[in-house]
Amino acid sequence: MTGELGQLSLCFALALSLVMANAGILGAKDANATARRIAHGAAMGFFVFIVLAFGALVYAYLVSDFSLRIVADDSTTLQPLLYKITAVWSNHEGSMLLWMLVMAFYTAAIALAGRGGPRLTSAALGVMGLLAAAFLLFILFTSSPFLRFDPAPFEGAGLNPLLQDPGAAMHPPMLYFGYVGLSASFAYAAAALILGGGDSENWSRAARPFMLVAWMALTCGIALGSWWAYYTLGWGGYWFWDAVENASLMPWLVATALLHSALATEMRGAFRSWTLLLAILAFSMSLIGTFLVRSGVITSVHSFASDPTRGFFILVLIGLAVGGALALFAWRAPSLQGGAAFKPESRETALLINNVLLVVALTVVFAGTLYPLALDALTGQKITVGAPFFAVFFIPLFILLMLLMPFGPRLGWYSADLKATARTLAPALGAAAVAAVTALVLASPRIATGIGAIAVAGWLIGGSAIDALRRKGARAAAFAAAIAHAGLGVSLLGIASTTVWRSEALVVVGPGEKLTVGPYTLRFDGVATVDGPNYKGSRATIDLMDGDAVTAVMHPELRIYAAGGQDLSVTAIRTTGLRDLKLVLGDDRGQGRWTLSAFVSPLAPLIWLGALVMALGGALSLFGRLRARAPEPKPAPAAVLAAE
Amino acid sequence: MSPKKRRRLYFAAAIVLASGGAAWLILGALKDNVIFFRSPTEVTALHVQPGVTFRIGGLVADHSVSHGSGAEIRFTVTDKRVTVPVVYRGVLPALFREGQGVVATGALDDAGTFQATDIMAKHDEKYMPPEVVQALKKSGEWQKGGGQ
Repeated sequence: MTGELGQLSLCFALALSLVMANAGILGAKDANATARRIAHGAAMGFFVFIVLAFGALVYAYLVSDFSLRIVADDSTTLQPLLYKITAVWSNHEGSMLLWMLVMAFYTAAIALAGRGGPRLTSAALGVMGLLAAAFLLFILFTSSPFLRFDPAPFEGAGLNPLLQDPGAAMHPPMLYFGYVGLSASFAYAAAALILGGGDSENWSRAARPFMLVAWMALTCGIALGSWWAYYTLGWGGYWFWDAVENASLMPWLVATALLHSALATEMRGAFRSWTLLLAILAFSMSLIGTFLVRSGVITSVHSFASDPTRGFFILVLIGLAVGGALALFAWRAPSLQGGAAFKPESRETALLINNVLLVVALTVVFAGTLYPLALDALTGQKITVGAPFFAVFFIPLFILLMLLMPFGPRLGWYSADLKATARTLAPALGAAAVAAVTALVLASPRIATGIGAIAVAGWLIGGSAIDALRRKGARAAAFAAAIAHAGLGVSLLGIASTTVWRSEALVVVGPGEKLTVGPYTLRFDGVATVDGPNYKGSRATIDLMDGDAVTAVMHPELRIYAAGGQDLSVTAIRTTGLRDLKLVLGDDRGQGRWTLSAFVSPLAPLIWLGALVMALGGALSLFGRLRARAPEPKPAPAAVLAAE
Repeated sequence: MSPKKRRRLYFAAAIVLASGGAAWLILGALKDNVIFFRSPTEVTALHVQPGVTFRIGGLVADHSVSHGSGAEIRFTVTDKRVTVPVVYRGVLPALFREGQGVVATGALDDAGTFQATDIMAKHDEKYMPPEVVQALKKSGEWQKGGGQ
C-alpha cells in the first residue's frame, strides 16, 4: 500500500509543481495577487506531498517491505536501524527522491520567508516549480523508487557494506543540501530577470541565506566525502582529483565566487549582471555534477553501478534549465542598471580578483573533468587526466588567492588606502615567519615547497586574526569572513603537511615481528577470526610500542559480509589530533604472515577541521542575516541599493 | 566614447585575452597529462613503449594471482585473447578477485610486465568499469553479466 501512496503523492506533487510554475510566474505581475496566493498554496502542497512520498519510502525500508525493488536491493531485515534509513538514499532512485525532498524544503522556505517582496518570491517559486516538475518527470519516468517485485523476495540483498558507515550515510544529504540550495539562488536570479528593472535589485540580498546554506552544506559535504575516502580506502590520500570528487568541487568553486560577488552587488550595486550569471552557473555545475555521478559516463574510484540511459534525460534537463536561464539572461540583463563605479584600490577590486581566480580554477577542473568525456564522445578514445594536471594549476591559483585573501575584508568599499591596509596586515608576516620557522624546526626532511605552504597558511590565519581583532565589539556576523578565511588556512596546514611529509610503509609481517613507520614502532601480534552481526572478519592485533612497553593496540580488519559475499577492508586510525597513524590489513600470505600497510600523516585532521571552521564562518554570517532585519550600514553614500 | 564605455571595452578585452591565454595553457597541460586506456589486445597491437604511463583494464585471469617477494603481488590481466602480466606492490582493494574486472594505472617495464602504481578500487560488487566492458566487447568476449 505505502508504495502506491508514495507513487500517488509524487503524481500530486507533479501536478502542484506545474500549478506553482504557472501561478508563480503570473504572480510576478503587480496586479496578480491571486496568482501569488495560488503559487504560495501550491508550494506548501508540493512540500507536503513530497514529504509524504519520502515518508512512504522510509516506512517501506523500516518495515523491510521487500516487494519494493530498491528495498530488496539495499536492505535486509538484519541491517541496523540507522542503515535501514540511510539505505533510502544509497541507490539512484532513493537519492533522487532525497533530492526532491531537499528541493521541497527550499521551496517551502522561499514561500514562507517571502524575502525580496511578494513579486520576487512569486517568480522564484515559479522557477522552482519548473525545476521541480522537470525532476519529478525524471523520477516518475526513469527512476521511480516505488517499483514492485512480484513475488516479493523473502530477504533483501543488503546495503553495500562500504556504505554502512556514518560518514558515507551523511554525505549525500549534505551534498544535496548544497546542490539544491544553489537551485534556490538560481530561482531568485531567474526571478530577478523575469521581473527586470528596479524591482529585481534586491534579489541577491533575498537569496543570500540560501547561498550561505548551500555553500556551508557543500563545504561540509566535500569535507565529509574526502574524510570518508581517507579512512575507508586503503591508500594514504584524501583527494584524488577523481571525476566524482571534481563534480562536487565545481559547484563549490562557483558558489564561493557567487557569495563574494553577491556581496558587492548587494552592498554597492556592483557586478549586477555578473552575479546573476554566477548564480546560473552555480546551479549548472550542480546539475552537471549530478549528471557526471548519476549517468555512469565516467570511470571513478567512487563509481557505483549506474544506468547510462538516465544520463540522456539529465542532459536534456541541463540543456533546458541552463539554456533557458542563459536565454533569459541575454534577453533581460541589458534592462538592468549598469554596475556602480569603484576605484581600482577598493574592496570591489579585491572581490573581482577573487572571482577571476575562482572562475579560472573552475575552468581548470571543468576542462580536466570533461575533456575525457568529450574525447570519448568524439573519437571513442578512453583516457583519464592525471592528477598532475589539476595540481599544476590549482596549487598556484589557490596560493595566490590565499596571499591576497587577508586584504579583502580590510579594504573599504568604493575606494581604499592600500598602503594603510598593508601596514595593518604587516604583523601577519610575523605569523608567516613563525609558521615557517616552526615547520623548519619540526619537519624532516626540510622541503621548501612544504615550508612555503605552511608560511602562506600562517599569513592567512594571521591576517584573519588581525581582521577579527580590528572588529572587536562588532556583531558576531562581522567576524564571518575572518573565520571562514582562517578555516581555509587551517585546511592548508593539513593539506601541505600530509602531502609533503607523509610517510608510508608496506611490509609482509609474521607474528611478533616489528616495523617502523615515521616516528612509530609497531609490533604485529597476528590475525584472529571474528564473527560480526552480519559479517565474518579477520582482525589483526597490532601493538604501538614505546621501547618494550605497549602504549596502544590497533585492529585493522578485513570483513566478508554475509549478504552478497562482499569484502570490506576496515582501516584502523589512531590520531593525536596533530598526527594520524593509519593501518590497512592486506592479504594473507600464509603461515600467519600478512601484508600490512601503514601511513603516518602529520596534521591530517586539520584538513577537515579547517572545512568545519569555514562552515562556521558561513553560519555566523547566516545567523547575522536572519536576526538583523534592518539593512547593514553602507559606508559610501553614492549608488546605494534601495532598502528592502 | 564615454569613459564608462571605454572602461567596459578595456574590461572586455582583458577578459578575452586572459581567457584565451588560460585556455591555451590549460589545453597544453591537458595534452601532457592524458593517460590512455588500453585493453590487453591494444597493448600488444600498438606496441606501447616501456615507461609510458597508461591504464590497463580487463579481467584478472583465473589462477594467475601469486605473491612475489616482499609485498609484491603478481597477476595477469586478460581480455580473453591476450594477457598482460602485472606486478603491484601494495594492499589490493578488498573487491579484487580472480575472474573480476580490474583497472590498473602504471607503465610497462623492459620485460613487458606492467608495473602498476595503483589498482582501481570498486565500491560495488555489481559494478564493472566501463572500460573493461569495452575491452571485452572489442575482443568479442563480452556477454551481459559476464565476468561476475
